[in-house]
Amino acid sequence: MPATIWRGLSGVDTMNQTVNITIDGKTIKAPAGATVLEAALGAGIYIPNLCYHPDLSASGNCRLCIVQIHGMRGFPTACTTSVVEGMSVNTNGDELTGVRRNNLQLIIANHPLDCLSCFKNQRCELQRVAVFMGVKEGKLRSTVSPQVTDDTNPFFRLKRDYCILCGRCTRTCDEICGVNAIEMLHRGDATHVGVFGDKMLFESNCHSCGECVEHCPVGALAPHEPVVPDVETKTTCCYCATGCSIYLGVSDGKIKTVRGNREGQVNHGQLCVKGRYGISEFVQHPDRLRTPYIRDKEGLQPATWDDALSLVARKLATFSADEVAIVPSARTTNEDVYVAQKLARAVIGTNNVDNCARL
Amino acid sequence: MSLLKARFDAQVEWEAFNNPQKPQILIGRATCGEASGAKDVYQAVLDTISRLPIDADVHITGCLGTCYCEPLVDIIKPGMPRISYHSMIAEKVLPLLSDYLLNDNPRADWALGAWGQTCGDIPNLFDIPMLAQQKRIALRNIGVIDPQNFNHCLARGGYSGLERALGLTPDEVIDEIEKSGLRGRGGAGFPTGHKWRLCRNAKGDSKYIVCNADEGDPGAFMDRALLESDPHAVLEGILIGAYAIGANNGVIYIRAEYPLAIKRLTIAIEQLKNNGLLGEHILDTDFAFDLTIVQGAGAFVCGEGTAMIASIEGKRGTPRPRPPFSTESGLWGKPTNINNVETWACVSAIMAKGAQQFSSLGTGKSKGTKTFSLAGKIKRTGLIEVPMGISLQEIIFGIGGGIPNNKAFKAVQTGGPTGGCIPESKLLLPVDFEALIEAGSYMGSGGMVVLDEDNCMVEIARYFLSFTVAESCGKCIPCRLGTRQLLTILTEITQGNGNVSDFDTLYELGKSIRLSSLCGLGQGAPNPVLTTLAYFREEYESHIKEHRCQAGECRSLVSYTITAERCKGCGICLRQCPVSAIKGEKGHSHVIDSAKCTSCGNCLEVCPPRFGAVCRV
Repeated sequence: MPATIWRGLSGVDTMNQTVNITIDGKTIKAPAGATVLEAALGAGIYIPNLCYHPDLSASGNCRLCIVQIHGMRGFPTACTTSVVEGMSVNTNGDELTGVRRNNLQLIIANHPLDCLSCFKNQRCELQRVAVFMGVKEGKLRSTVSPQVTDDTNPFFRLKRDYCILCGRCTRTCDEICGVNAIEMLHRGDATHVGVFGDKMLFESNCHSCGECVEHCPVGALAPHEPVVPDVETKTTCCYCATGCSIYLGVSDGKIKTVRGNREGQVNHGQLCVKGRYGISEFVQHPDRLRTPYIRDKEGLQPATWDDALSLVARKLATFSADEVAIVPSARTTNEDVYVAQKLARAVIGTNNVDNCARL
Repeated sequence: MSLLKARFDAQVEWEAFNNPQKPQILIGRATCGEASGAKDVYQAVLDTISRLPIDADVHITGCLGTCYCEPLVDIIKPGMPRISYHSMIAEKVLPLLSDYLLNDNPRADWALGAWGQTCGDIPNLFDIPMLAQQKRIALRNIGVIDPQNFNHCLARGGYSGLERALGLTPDEVIDEIEKSGLRGRGGAGFPTGHKWRLCRNAKGDSKYIVCNADEGDPGAFMDRALLESDPHAVLEGILIGAYAIGANNGVIYIRAEYPLAIKRLTIAIEQLKNNGLLGEHILDTDFAFDLTIVQGAGAFVCGEGTAMIASIEGKRGTPRPRPPFSTESGLWGKPTNINNVETWACVSAIMAKGAQQFSSLGTGKSKGTKTFSLAGKIKRTGLIEVPMGISLQEIIFGIGGGIPNNKAFKAVQTGGPTGGCIPESKLLLPVDFEALIEAGSYMGSGGMVVLDEDNCMVEIARYFLSFTVAESCGKCIPCRLGTRQLLTILTEITQGNGNVSDFDTLYELGKSIRLSSLCGLGQGAPNPVLTTLAYFREEYESHIKEHRCQAGECRSLVSYTITAERCKGCGICLRQCPVSAIKGEKGHSHVIDSAKCTSCGNCLEVCPPRFGAVCRV
């Protein structure tokens, strides 16, 4: 979902109406229906948060975005409270900050502190919150207990030791993917992310799309071989005709990562398993055809595009229109498929058109 | 279908039951009775009357609330008042029935009391200390009627409240409930009438009623006893509520661990259907209502309203942030009114007898009566109902009879695992919603666990925390990780590994958890720690600074020795030691091998008091 649409609690686009609210003494205009957290972030006021994600419904479980709101009891969470005209919000204050700091300390006490060897180092949202709040060390007793790592998925692993149970992955699997492969299991102290029957990811209905990995704020869900690419190039996914906008991350001249482009109008940042994890393998596969081939008496011979296309044109000309069918490859974009059917209908004059982009 | 004729028939049956031609025998068969052997007693009664020349009818009844002397057997002999016999075992059945029914000896030595009058040496049941100060509204029929006999319920005025309500407009019904001052009995104490009005005024084509019977506090059994002993009091309240808010569907959410309550509710719902009290055109009006039972799978947190709704909908039972409140968007997204079992039983009584009678009892903001389950170190455990405002002292020492074995009272834990421990200095506290909150605890659903000098308050706090750690839904950080942290610290303190900075950590963290948890479970979870810290700080200090547990409950901090001069070498402790840590020849003083000893304290228990050779250090 593009960042410019305010989801709000109602999920309705109410961009056209605004309300005036005050945050830390600063008066801002916020879209009606937005939450206090969305309004604050939109106005450049950062409130620490971990379980919030603009793609997902509010859950209110990390309790870091607690604020004081004039006329409301206690410390409501900014991510679950909708803005109301005239609302006065305070994001700081001794008691409030103390409680927020304690909640952060609780997370840190339950999280391995081997940041230097964590692939999420410096991109970790827990680190960001700790830096913002000036927390340098854990003050509480460690409550870390070793948990089972699920590395049965071919593309990513679920390292539960690092999980802060923010629920972003489970909400992603439910709300974005509609797959519901992962859920919170058990309760209390024993709560953990898992699949039906507490089995392994490999045995579940997980599609391996990796959306959960993208939404994990810490290093709990991570690709098997996490890489930070040297450069990223914006392009369109060539795995099927949907046309998802992606960034291909390249290191050492090879495609290492694929990332959905949140600005992409087709996919809003989302990708499927083929786009996210399949491209680098098939693009760089030694068996991949890199040039057209023409079959002669001795078998297939490499040729130039000009030769190949000329040959095809010549041969097509020998058939009547309805003797010809055009079936573009599944690896072509929607636009290319459109052009191909134009060629079939307008140039050749046949309706015998099909496409196998039903992956 | 009107209840006029059915009620008349029922009254004739009830009259004949209480003034019978032949003896009527009732066995209290709620779960508390069953647990103490009522099933065997019931069988023994059947066997005995088949063998002796006794022609008697045998019935079951519910729990009278006197759990300390279960199982109870009541006998109504022609021309005599109903007499209750306590602590019945199968072996006592034959002598009792033959002495009383064949030989006119009412066995005053086994009698608890006679109903409504003294009878020779047998006191009036309602004058015995356990019952004298009680005022029964919600519990009006428990232990009195056969819970499976619809006529008993009708004869005792059942569904007259509903008849009255259906003659009023829904708004008038809500007015009446508001006038009574009834507040939710599930713990939070939200004004019931106000909640109903919010739900009635909420927009929605269909609305739901939910009865919260997910009673889960350790030591609480009010709802179970009520549902097992008088399910119709609750069902009538639900029907009245449904009419008032305009709901056509209702759900009773009850924990699956209450099979007997579920069975009796199921029977009662069947009886309603057969008498035109469920379905279309209830009592010839346009009011239609249907009711289903949903069984909870044993999660404590599902007693929280939003978690319960999630559970009924088949989702994971976790609370969600409010607003929206259930009265606007509850079950299946429809306006939903949730009330607790006891609240519903009060509703039916209020509609039957009028708001005035209810509101004349209680304190300024807490009207009527409240049920409590007395458990722990108290002589008379059981289920009681008292007017709000009564002091804890009167409950514990008057009704409950004080502490057994000449031990000293230390504290009373109210409100379950999210409540607090109230010390002796606050015993005169009037029991109402506000006063208990001021003391750092809260009313909760009515569990009351009494603690004596042998209870270590640090250990008590640790115990309740271990409950919340396991029963937190695991969703929000302060509840899941905060209670874990508190439990870790408390465990270390009880093992003698605490340090002085723990006071501040416990206090600060406790406050944080209370202020920032998502639902009531987390917000209340630190209460056992915060109240024991406030009222029993010296116990924490002796654990941390002196590595000593005064109560002797923390095993890591106590050891046992045998004083050689006092030990006569009787060998009792040697035989009772579960880990064979005691050595010694018969007739010579024994010694405890501290390496083997697990500090269980058995030796101290069994050493004859006249020797007093084992001591705890």
